[in-house]
Amino acid sequence: MRIRIVHETLYRYDTPAKSAIQLLRMTPRNHDSQYVVRWRVDVSEDCRLDQREDAFGNLTHSFTLDGPISELRIGVDGEVETQDTAGVIRGTVERFPASLYLRETDLTKPDDAIVEFAEKIGKRKGASLEKLHRLNASIFEGFTFLPNETDTKTTAAESFAMKSGVCQDYSHVFVASARHLGIPARYVGGYFLRGDGMNQQQAGHAWSEAYLDDLGWVAFDPANGIAATDAHIRVAIGLDYMGAAPVRGVRFGGTGEKLSVNVNLDQSSRQSQS
Amino acid sequence: MNGPGGVRPAYAMLAKWLEATPREVIDYRRREAEFIFRRIGITFAVYGNAEAQERLIPFDIIPRILMADEWKKLAKGLEQRVTAINHYLKDIYGKREIMRAGKVPEDLIFENPVFRPEMNGKPVPHNIYVHIAGIDVVRVNENDFYVLEDNTRVPSGVSYMLENREIMLRLFPELFIDHRVEPVDNYPDELLTTLKSVAPVSSSGEPNVVLLTPGIYNSAYYEHSFLADKLGIEIVEGRDLFVKSNILYMRTTEGPQRVDVIYRRVDDDYLDPLVFRPDSSLGVPGLMSAYQAGNVTLANAVGTGVADDKAVYSYMPEIVKFYLGEEPLLKNVETWRCREKDHLKYVLDNIDELVVKEVHGSGGYGMLIGPKADKNQIDTFRHKLKTDPRNYIAQPTLALSTCPTAVNEGVAPRHVDLRPFVLTGRNRVRIVPGGLTRVALEKGSLVVNSSQGGGTKDTWVLDR
Repeated sequence: MRIRIVHETLYRYDTPAKSAIQLLRMTPRNHDSQYVVRWRVDVSEDCRLDQREDAFGNLTHSFTLDGPISELRIGVDGEVETQDTAGVIRGTVERFPASLYLRETDLTKPDDAIVEFAEKIGKRKGASLEKLHRLNASIFEGFTFLPNETDTKTTAAESFAMKSGVCQDYSHVFVASARHLGIPARYVGGYFLRGDGMNQQQAGHAWSEAYLDDLGWVAFDPANGIAATDAHIRVAIGLDYMGAAPVRGVRFGGTGEKLSVNVNLDQSSRQSQS
Repeated sequence: MNGPGGVRPAYAMLAKWLEATPREVIDYRRREAEFIFRRIGITFAVYGNAEAQERLIPFDIIPRILMADEWKKLAKGLEQRVTAINHYLKDIYGKREIMRAGKVPEDLIFENPVFRPEMNGKPVPHNIYVHIAGIDVVRVNENDFYVLEDNTRVPSGVSYMLENREIMLRLFPELFIDHRVEPVDNYPDELLTTLKSVAPVSSSGEPNVVLLTPGIYNSAYYEHSFLADKLGIEIVEGRDLFVKSNILYMRTTEGPQRVDVIYRRVDDDYLDPLVFRPDSSLGVPGLMSAYQAGNVTLANAVGTGVADDKAVYSYMPEIVKFYLGEEPLLKNVETWRCREKDHLKYVLDNIDELVVKEVHGSGGYGMLIGPKADKNQIDTFRHKLKTDPRNYIAQPTLALSTCPTAVNEGVAPRHVDLRPFVLTGRNRVRIVPGGLTRVALEKGSLVVNSSQGGGTKDTWVLDR
């Protein structure tokens, strides 16, 4: 499937900021089931975008701006060709053995409740793949999707206690549980073309990948209760949200920040649909 | 000392002096030393102790003395160890040959929170990771020094080494006439030379070196300001610095000034909110980008904790052999890694004879001294070991050497360790003769950490 993504992030300040520095993870890379046809990242202010690769193989852009800045717009426009591989992700840039993704982080440290939840699934008979599907479904079924209840600092344990959150939280719970079962798992940030025609979205999407010896990395989307499909565009991975966040930035001076995010996804060429 | 009766040759003259000097004089000098320390304001914050937020580290006026040839041997071993550590870190964050050779298990590195993925495949200026190391050694017999801990992150305590000497020179000038003691006051020069030597290749002219402190509330702030002053460099906090287009600048009244080398006393986690803890205001946003672009040197490098982790410690003899092809000159304390089944079993069976330590603990916190623990404490640790074995190592209790120490009852032997400071610059390793001697002031105690009631002594290396 060929998908066009237009993603705009807009910061406005009541009193202008003196300066700002940002690190972006907004550029997808190719893998066996994803081909980036074209991609552009634009920053509204005049600055140099410095491109690098981070620890996990994500492409990053960083820039510094001198103010006064009353408005800052980061625009992304691109097209990606995807294939459905039933969640199996191959040909990605890997900088570490999968076992690195067993590391605990502040956001994904399991508490007793998650441990119990994970172990209940772990004890069931069957292959690891089945357990992961079970885990994925359990989170999907047991959680209520509630925007605005959690934020980027919400931990897996906190969201698990509320049994609610957004896709980020779902992913953190998935990752925390899988790691507890000894299965390497990671956070994925990207985009998701919804099946219901809701193409205008207020945010990107997040899901998880888990590593199995026989299959390699397999992508699960607990917020939708499915394995990743050709509707998922994979942009960045990390141990948790902090490692894959589309924007990490610091601003000096300025008050009254208003942030608006607009993501627009469209199937751009029906011919390529399989 | 060689036990009761026997006096090491190094102490012969000092013993005579102690004998000849009336008790009152020694007591008087002791109080004088304490008064001076209070006046200069060297205090130390003890974490987890609300009543004594800031207190003085007790200073013992009787120096610890090493003969020239003892020191020479120790210094050679220290240089070897730190050189190997630098090779190891370059390898761990680069080609990973030691893991491929099966000498160090992969999971020990990759799942270790002190391994920094962010450093993977990113070279550091001049391939030096640990510019300043504080290697804690103890002596257990005539000939052998054992390394207790390799402190390769932000080792502290060097200000005490320098202050202790200054006070001794002031209070006991006569002792320095009898003893030819190697000086330590060149340490700040050696440190500055070391730091300048590792400036990025891209920096032009005389490198600008600054000391980055977490601020006045940090327990070691005294040392930070003391060192900055001695080195003649600026002491800065994160907010005094900024990054623009991958170059690091310091705000000055005359405009931004480029910074080439940071002697940082801020932990990895707080260095850059864009990469590490996002809530940190102690670091500099964008610092890691500037670092990875090769435009600034951090001393020590990021991610050096993977060299001084207590679980990694047990592999140090292998590490020395692997990179240098030499037998280690300094010994390692025998260490049981509870992550390994048979080791764990041994530890559980012999817990009352062992010292059990948390892999990431420091300052003497979170450890169990088997022979001194009661049943309750032992049971607690048994439980901890069973639930989270990977978090623990165990070692035998060592018969640490003792040093004569002035205590309330007079002069008595107390256990000591030594932290020499090893400086690694572009072309060479520098070690100022001596270091910080820490002494366990309680009779029979083996815990020398200042946070646990330990004191310090001046350390003398005699020039012959």
